[in-house]
Amino acid sequence: MGGQLTISELQKKANDLRKEVICMLESAGSGHTAGSLDLADIMAALYFDILKVDPKNPNWEERDIFSLSNGHTVPIQYAAMAEAGFFDKSELTTLRKLGSRLQGHPERVILPGLETTSGPLGSGLSQAAGYAYSLQYLDNNKHRFVYTIMGDGELDEGNVWEAAMFAGKYKLSQLIAFIDRNNIQIDGSTESVMPLEDLHVKWESFGWHVIEIDGHNIQSIIDAVNMSKAITNRPSMIIAYTIAGKGVDFMEYDYKWHGISPNTEQAARALQELGVLDDIDLSKEAEL
Amino acid sequence: MNQYQLNPNLFNDDITQEPIRVGFGRGLRVAGEINDKIVALSADLTDSTQEGSFRDTFPDRFIETGIAEQNLAAVSSGLALAGKIPFASSFAAFNPGRNWEQIRTTIALNDQPVKIIGSHAGISDGPDGATHQMLEDIALMRVLPNMIIIVPGDSLEAEKATKLIAENGKPCYLRLAREKTPIISTDQSPFEIGKAYVVRDGADVSLMGTGTMTYQLLVAANILAQQGINAEVVHVPTVKPLDTETIIDSARRTGRVVTAEEAQIAAGFGGAVAEVLGDQLPTPIHRIGMQDRFGESGETEELFDHFEISGKHIARKVQDFVNNTPQYHRN
Repeated sequence: MGGQLTISELQKKANDLRKEVICMLESAGSGHTAGSLDLADIMAALYFDILKVDPKNPNWEERDIFSLSNGHTVPIQYAAMAEAGFFDKSELTTLRKLGSRLQGHPERVILPGLETTSGPLGSGLSQAAGYAYSLQYLDNNKHRFVYTIMGDGELDEGNVWEAAMFAGKYKLSQLIAFIDRNNIQIDGSTESVMPLEDLHVKWESFGWHVIEIDGHNIQSIIDAVNMSKAITNRPSMIIAYTIAGKGVDFMEYDYKWHGISPNTEQAARALQELGVLDDIDLSKEAEL
Repeated sequence: MNQYQLNPNLFNDDITQEPIRVGFGRGLRVAGEINDKIVALSADLTDSTQEGSFRDTFPDRFIETGIAEQNLAAVSSGLALAGKIPFASSFAAFNPGRNWEQIRTTIALNDQPVKIIGSHAGISDGPDGATHQMLEDIALMRVLPNMIIIVPGDSLEAEKATKLIAENGKPCYLRLAREKTPIISTDQSPFEIGKAYVVRDGADVSLMGTGTMTYQLLVAANILAQQGINAEVVHVPTVKPLDTETIIDSARRTGRVVTAEEAQIAAGFGGAVAEVLGDQLPTPIHRIGMQDRFGESGETEELFDHFEISGKHIARKVQDFVNNTPQYHRN
């Protein structure tokens, strides 16, 4: 979109997106809360500063590509897309409901602006690498970038490391990937389920430029992307340390919020923490 | 009378033979000359899958992924999003055997025009043995919405199929065989995606085959003719979408159907024919193929006999079937 908002305005966007996510998930009655909340700052930075996209022309030929590999966190992407104008915000509460374009996991064919279909973990980086390969070697286009976000638990998948080798071999410098390093997955902490560290060393040894940042610091997110764009001989991996459930005290750091949605009472408490609602129509608003 | 032009030398001892996969290699290179959006990907089996000619002609559009079939499929999906037409090749045992989920999500559900090339499919992979003799791929791919499945009957047809799938804008699975097999068609023989062809007229039973089995059915039909059984032979190179009209018309003419495939009979080509007939024109059917078991090492001809899918074994099975089964749809 391109740098018109200040950092504090972007922070407010992120907070608004969190509120939308709480309302969407409460309405849906199922879904993934923790990761959706902890990606709010990255998603706000992407859709309102970093990404070159046109919500009114989703197939614009000069756009950047963003695909969400850990598709279960798509509520936060939907919230950002609606806020950016890809579709009307009134559609957000159709999430996960019959006939909705906002499927439980993203489906490209149904919703313009989604670049791929994802959710089954491990293959988003490969898809992004395929696109980045095309830009670099087949299209000779240096001005477009391909972004993807992976969950950290997703790194258990072997396919990720096939993609890591592929992107390293071909030095896909227009590929910029994030790891949402929130340390949780469904069965517990990532290091108890299947230890992932040393992630920095691992990605570096696969031929990637690795940057570690606070995934809630929007200036750091923007700086890391700018740095990545300046690296022209390697793909870039931004390890973004995040707090699962960020923004809602009783959800933070708790892996149990990975795969569940708030009930009405929990949603009301979460929204109170996130600040008063101006423009969100929660079905149970009267109970607030 | 059918108009299909079979190879006039079909039953000569010196019939020209060629691996079906070789036709793919020729077709890919020609398709690549016509359309510069075509890219070829290989998972360390470039010459085995016959992509070598494309690689040498268009080195800038050839991508080596290494032995990583999951990445092969998902990278292809990304290339397709970028407007390319990827041909992703490996052995069928791994592609779609290893990477079925990536194909399902990033190609079929995502509706991207990636061409999955599964070479060395079927029992005719021969000496490699059961691990590499992919027999379940037709079933695996047949259940995927958006997916088109083509199993060419010879190398000429594989070449025609390759050129057509390059331009049809849909996810496709092209199943190829390793060993030399007789060329049953001619340059002039028709091939359209979604069409089946009556290649021999008959009245007593319909023999429907896909891939290498059509030749074996034609051999069987000759043997059966000597026994007074007049078999119609239907060549079905497109397994999905199935040409239901041609299949039903043939079943209505003969009232008895036999299917043959170099694959598990469960959920495969015979299963597809049985579903169509069961829904629309219940007809006695006998399915020939691998009977819920894995293969083993051996030469192709030996294995065709061992697993009773060669012409002479098919003829015997058809004879039993015809002798013990009433002919339906006769007024």
